[in-house]
Amino acid sequence: MMTTSKFSKSQADGQTIATNGSADRYLANLIAQREAIAPATDLLAPLRADAAERASLMSLPTMRDEDWRFTNLSSLKDVQFAPADTGLTVVETNALDIPEASATRLVFVNGQFSADLSDLSGVPDGVTVGNLASLSAEHQQAIVERTSVDAMGQGDTFTLLNSTCMTDMAVVWVSKNAVVDTPIQIAFVSVSGSVPTVSHPRCAIVAERGSAVTVVEQFFGSGDSAYLTNTVTEIVLDNNAQLEHCKWQAEADNSFHVARTAISQAKDSRYTGHTISTGGQLSRHSLETVQQGVNVRTTLNGLTIASNSQISDTHTAIDHANPHGGSNQVHKCIVGDRAHTIFNGKVLVRPDAQKIDSSQSSRNLLLSNKARVDTKPQLEIFADDVKCAHGATVSQLVPDEVFYLRSRGLSKARAKQLLTYAFAAEAIDKISVKSVADRLKAFAMTHSSFE
Amino acid sequence: MIRDNSEVILSVRDLQASVDGTPVLKGVNLEVKAGEIHAIMGRNGSGKSTFSKVLAGHPDYEITGGEITYKGENLLEMEPEDRARAGVFLAFQYPIEVPGVSNEEFLRLSCNAVRTYRGLEELDPFDFSDLLEEKLGVVEMSSDFLERSVNSGFSGGEKKRNEILQMAVLEPTLSILDETDSGLDIDALRIVSNGVNQLANEANANVLITHYQRLLDYIVPDYVHVMNAGQIIRTGGKELALELEEKGYDWIDELEGQTEGQTKDSAEAVAAQ
Repeated sequence: MMTTSKFSKSQADGQTIATNGSADRYLANLIAQREAIAPATDLLAPLRADAAERASLMSLPTMRDEDWRFTNLSSLKDVQFAPADTGLTVVETNALDIPEASATRLVFVNGQFSADLSDLSGVPDGVTVGNLASLSAEHQQAIVERTSVDAMGQGDTFTLLNSTCMTDMAVVWVSKNAVVDTPIQIAFVSVSGSVPTVSHPRCAIVAERGSAVTVVEQFFGSGDSAYLTNTVTEIVLDNNAQLEHCKWQAEADNSFHVARTAISQAKDSRYTGHTISTGGQLSRHSLETVQQGVNVRTTLNGLTIASNSQISDTHTAIDHANPHGGSNQVHKCIVGDRAHTIFNGKVLVRPDAQKIDSSQSSRNLLLSNKARVDTKPQLEIFADDVKCAHGATVSQLVPDEVFYLRSRGLSKARAKQLLTYAFAAEAIDKISVKSVADRLKAFAMTHSSFE
Repeated sequence: MIRDNSEVILSVRDLQASVDGTPVLKGVNLEVKAGEIHAIMGRNGSGKSTFSKVLAGHPDYEITGGEITYKGENLLEMEPEDRARAGVFLAFQYPIEVPGVSNEEFLRLSCNAVRTYRGLEELDPFDFSDLLEEKLGVVEMSSDFLERSVNSGFSGGEKKRNEILQMAVLEPTLSILDETDSGLDIDALRIVSNGVNQLANEANANVLITHYQRLLDYIVPDYVHVMNAGQIIRTGGKELALELEEKGYDWIDELEGQTEGQTKDSAEAVAAQ
């Protein structure tokens, strides 16, 4: 299908400048917390100061902002967050277990690197994995040089806040032509105490020319109080580099999660992103990739499972800035109870980006009549020789499919469960790290129950 | 095979059904005994596929009259899953794909649901594997099929063979095969038919719903019924299928004129022959 369409960009950049030049007090409190959380390396100080200055001119987005039209942050703003306890570096959890990455595991607790939970003994040659502060001065310098306060973006409030308060970073740096077979695991664990807390995890992944690596980024947590994880991941793929990146947001039920993933893809590079969102009472994931050179491939495989009163928002943007690129995106949501999912998928094809082959599909399964889905494919195409297809479906379980399984002796509830699970499994099967896929499948099975 | 003293498995009397208020079945009569193979032929839209779905309990169809007795019980009062557990099997014209669920896993789930209902012990994965190994031969399938997701990415022929594999595993008393032969090439048709023939025995019965006489060269029926406009308008032996093949479905319109008024007694008429 050929589509040419233009959209107004005036409101779409997520920038919110506070009136009278003063940030809202809620945000000002969060910015001020940087005084209490010192960076693990001095190199971050200038970035933090720079970010703080910019952030102080902003306010938190509201539903009047186009980018936050369906996502109400008032439940977040009702909670006063204190800095998370960074003295806590050991937690009891089996959620960390990824046997494939048992010796290539980097764990942060409340934003603080945990040497006890991490195990980097199996990191192969050709790749550097660690927290920023423990890397060589040379590596630290190189990473900081590649880090921007707005994470390659327009400078949205949450990203600037992350840059203001970041204390350390999870770093994966793959050398030229290194092909890393062992997946690298990066886990960010949040533990709240008697009061609600906030942490600002940061991650940087660099894949040099011709290298290949798989990274699993996980977010989970526990605790009596609510917590907020405000995280940013910056990814740079050099020429012909390849990354399979799985981000699984499995935060605690009462938590808030705001994430930005920014990817820069040089020519001939391939990025495959599995964006899985299953946790949190309110979560927002924004992913943006820019195809900086020719012949770049981007594959996005999204899965959101939301139940109870969860709100889960995924915004993606693929910027085809150069010719002969391709992108393929399937985003699936399973929405039950009173849950609400939002998907906004932007595909931009710039005037010179001819011969782009792009497809996007948003598929939504509603399990209850109180569940809600907002889905918005957003194509902006300025080149004339491109193939861009997009589609969105919102449906319930198909009665003929339920009948088929019942006619094989399965109860109605079991039939519905299996079909819901199958809807998720189709996305999960694309994840190459088997233990992650298995764990996710088990999750999908238990969260598809109709009993 | 026809034997006088066989148990009646299925008895359908004056069955009427509608979908969205439109009558589709307008008084179907049929009696099926153990050991028998019946074929129901008819044009597209004659109601033959509807009949098969009604037997299996598809919720889209409203039963507006008549009765179905299966092994002495009122089939219409049973949920689709209970019909399956009690031994009614429908091989679908368009089997559903279930990505992410392996064929073996699904077959075991299904088999154990049926076994539990029949008072048998559930099979663990090892015992079930052994059982499957034996059943695979029925449809000449390799064990690769078991690893793959249910019908997902299967060719048309593979899907139909998979239906027969399910049938082999569930060991039904009454199998209804809805257009199982449609769209099959000769090799696949031979395999599917061989499978059905191997599974047929004196204790079970098969009802083949088909558009084409060709299937009946491979599975020889004891009775052939012609369905038109929601009724069985003629019943005969296997030669009726040949006659229908030769004269075409337009012949039915001529028959329709002749047999008006007799249709409700067609099943009894056959029984008396």
